[in-house]
Formats: sequence, C-alpha cells, structure tokens
Amino acid sequence: MPYVSHADIGGRTGFGPVVREPEGAIFHGIWEPRVHAMTVALGATGSWNLDMTRSARETLPDYLDLTYYEIWLGGLEKLLVEKGLVTPDELTAGCARHAPAPVSRVLKADQVAAILEKGAPTERAPTGPARFRLGQRVRTRATPAEHHTRLPGYVRGKTGIIERVLGAHVFADSHAQGLGEDPQWLYTVVFDATELWGSEATAGHSVSVDAWQPYLEAT
Amino acid sequence: MAEDHSELSDVEQRVRALETVMTQKGYIDPAALDVLIDTYQTRVGPRNGARVIARAWVDPAFRERLMRDATAAIAELGYSGRQGEHMIAVANTPDRHNLVVCTLCSCYPWPVLGLPPVWYKSAPYRSRAVRDPRGVLAEFGVTLAASTEIRVWDSTAEVRYLVIPERPTGTEGLSEVALAALVTRDSMIGTGLPRPVGMP
Repeated sequence: MPYVSHADIGGRTGFGPVVREPEGAIFHGIWEPRVHAMTVALGATGSWNLDMTRSARETLPDYLDLTYYEIWLGGLEKLLVEKGLVTPDELTAGCARHAPAPVSRVLKADQVAAILEKGAPTERAPTGPARFRLGQRVRTRATPAEHHTRLPGYVRGKTGIIERVLGAHVFADSHAQGLGEDPQWLYTVVFDATELWGSEATAGHSVSVDAWQPYLEAT
Repeated sequence: MAEDHSELSDVEQRVRALETVMTQKGYIDPAALDVLIDTYQTRVGPRNGARVIARAWVDPAFRERLMRDATAAIAELGYSGRQGEHMIAVANTPDRHNLVVCTLCSCYPWPVLGLPPVWYKSAPYRSRAVRDPRGVLAEFGVTLAASTEIRVWDSTAEVRYLVIPERPTGTEGLSEVALAALVTRDSMIGTGLPRPVGMP
C-alpha cells in the first residue's frame, strides 16, 4: 500500500480563516491533557521514537477531519497495537485481557521533571563532511517519498539557498522506519516566495525549511 | 457503585478506556500523568518566553548570546528540555518580520511557549502561513508596512524557533518585569506584536 501523509498541507487552499483564541486556551475538554500526558508517558517506555509517532498520526486516514488531540489519540492507539502493547479488543472493552508486553521503562511521577529537562536532543557526531556550504544554491528532491519524510510537498523540486548549517541530526526518514538514527547533515534552506508560489507571490517574502542533506542536490 | 459512562462523549470514553488498560498493564503510572498534566497546565507557558524577550530587550549582551546560541541563553533563565533542545532566536527589525509555522505537524518550543494553541496546529494556519503570510497576519490584526520583508520559518526538523519582537517605543523607563508583561505569546510566534505601553 503506498505511503500517504495527510498532514502535508503547507500551501494548500480551502481550509478557511484562522480561528484565534485567547493566550490561556490550550485544552478543550479534560480528556485532551490526559491524551497529551499519556503520549509523553508512553513515549518514555521506549517502544517507539518521536518520528514513528509523527508517521502514525499523519497516516490516519481521517486525519483532516479530526481535532488535534483526536489525532494524537488515534496515533497512540495505532502505535500501541502495532508494537503489540495492546490489542484492539482491549481498547474496545476498556480493560486488559492479555498479559502486558515487556517495556524498557515505566515513567514514575518523581522522574517526570528530569525526563522533560533531559529532552531528546537529536544532534549527533557527523559521519562525514557537510556536502553543502553557506550561501550555496541547492535543489530539493522532486519525487515524493514512499515513507515518512520531513520535506514538505510545497518545497519539492525547488531551488533555494543554504542559510544555516545546523550540524548532523537524527534523520527523520530513517528513524521513522525503524532503520536507526542514520545522522545526516541538516541545513536551513531559504526559498524566495516566487520560486514556491509563482506569480501570486508578493515581493519581500521568503520561506525556509530545515532540510536534511539527502533531500538536497547541488544545482 | 457502578460507574455511569452515559454522560461521556465517544472520545472521552475512548480516552478513559485507553488510560484504564494502560494502567492495568502497568505501562503508565497515574501519578506520573498527574505531574505531566500539572506541568503543562501551570508550570510551562508563554510567560517563560516573555521573560527571555524582556531580558533580551534590556541586556544587549544577553541578546547577543540569544542570537548566537539560543539554547544556551534560554537555559540561563532556567528553561530547557523537551521540544526546546535546539533553539534558534530570530529577531524582528523595522525591515523584517519573522513568522513561525510547522506545516507538517505542530512543532513548537514548549519550554518557552508551553503547548501550542489550537490555531497553530490547525489546517488554516499551517496551510496559509507559508503562502499568504500577510493575509494570515491580517486575520490576527497585524498589518505591516509593504516594504517590510516577511520571513516564514517552517519548523520541519527538531530546531525550534522563537521570534524576538521589537521593543515597543516609549518603554525606556520600564522594568524587566513590566516589559515582560508586554510580550504576548503571539508576538513570539510572529502572528502578533507586543502590547503597546498602557494597554492591558
């Protein structure tokens, strides 16, 4: 089955106006912070990585019809089933029917502050020299990926300039597929709006993405 | 007494079922969930970022460190960790306005801004911020001079961006605390500007 991300919506039209909310409004319904907290706590079991969570969410078929924490909930349920931590009948019944699978850690209350403080830095020692230099013109890969990727569709096959060299980072595409961290050089690549949007672009508008080296080729 | 679930919506029942199964299987500690919920509802939020911005406005050496290595400079104020591991600060000037988005999901600098608002994660903002930033800004009540360049930062990797808004005019005598009160969440995303002096 081909890989389809429903989350790659940069530049698409027809979603209507932005609906603003006051600064304090973060959650709507008491179940939302529970989904957020469960996502963090279950992530700490080490059963999957951050890129796998993004892949699980963006491939939910009804992604665009769901609220954000419904997406998180659906992604979490999907990962739990895929990794064998739970069965669909247990989720339906709302009670455990099978023995738990082994997990590498269960997050305890007194560990929360430390684990949030530690975070999950993604910078790694580079395995080779950076192929591109500051100011260099590069073209992004034109073909869609057959797996999770972090190169948005609206910048595929576009020419931009290397603006920052960000070091070598865990490569999301490999990491999401369970192929290890595969660190790759990461760059900020800036595009003039006319390159992205053609004649509708206004002057003085540019857009950057952070792109791993395998997304790029020299022009 | 049997629990009555009849008042719960479908999604609430799903979440309750999931949490029950996870707890029964020993994958989660309910007390840890309580700490996580409290952390992101009361301890982490945009007032953290506002303190960073106010410091940058009053302390040129701090601003310089913030521009050079934002992760380290922000950590000086005690904010670091998850979803803020690799920070970059981008400064607005009279000639340039910065706007941050994550078109692919909801990447956002949690340690300084807390969890993202719904609009930041929603399709209208994610789809249009990169294509029609002036139109989006207009919906936030922000109109920039036609000569002001707009730079949109799409957070596609694990770098998180913090906008340093321009210090409002007429704030020369204000304390750092008073300045922080002028810094809105939206001004640190780029969808807003700081409050003018004297505005609540």
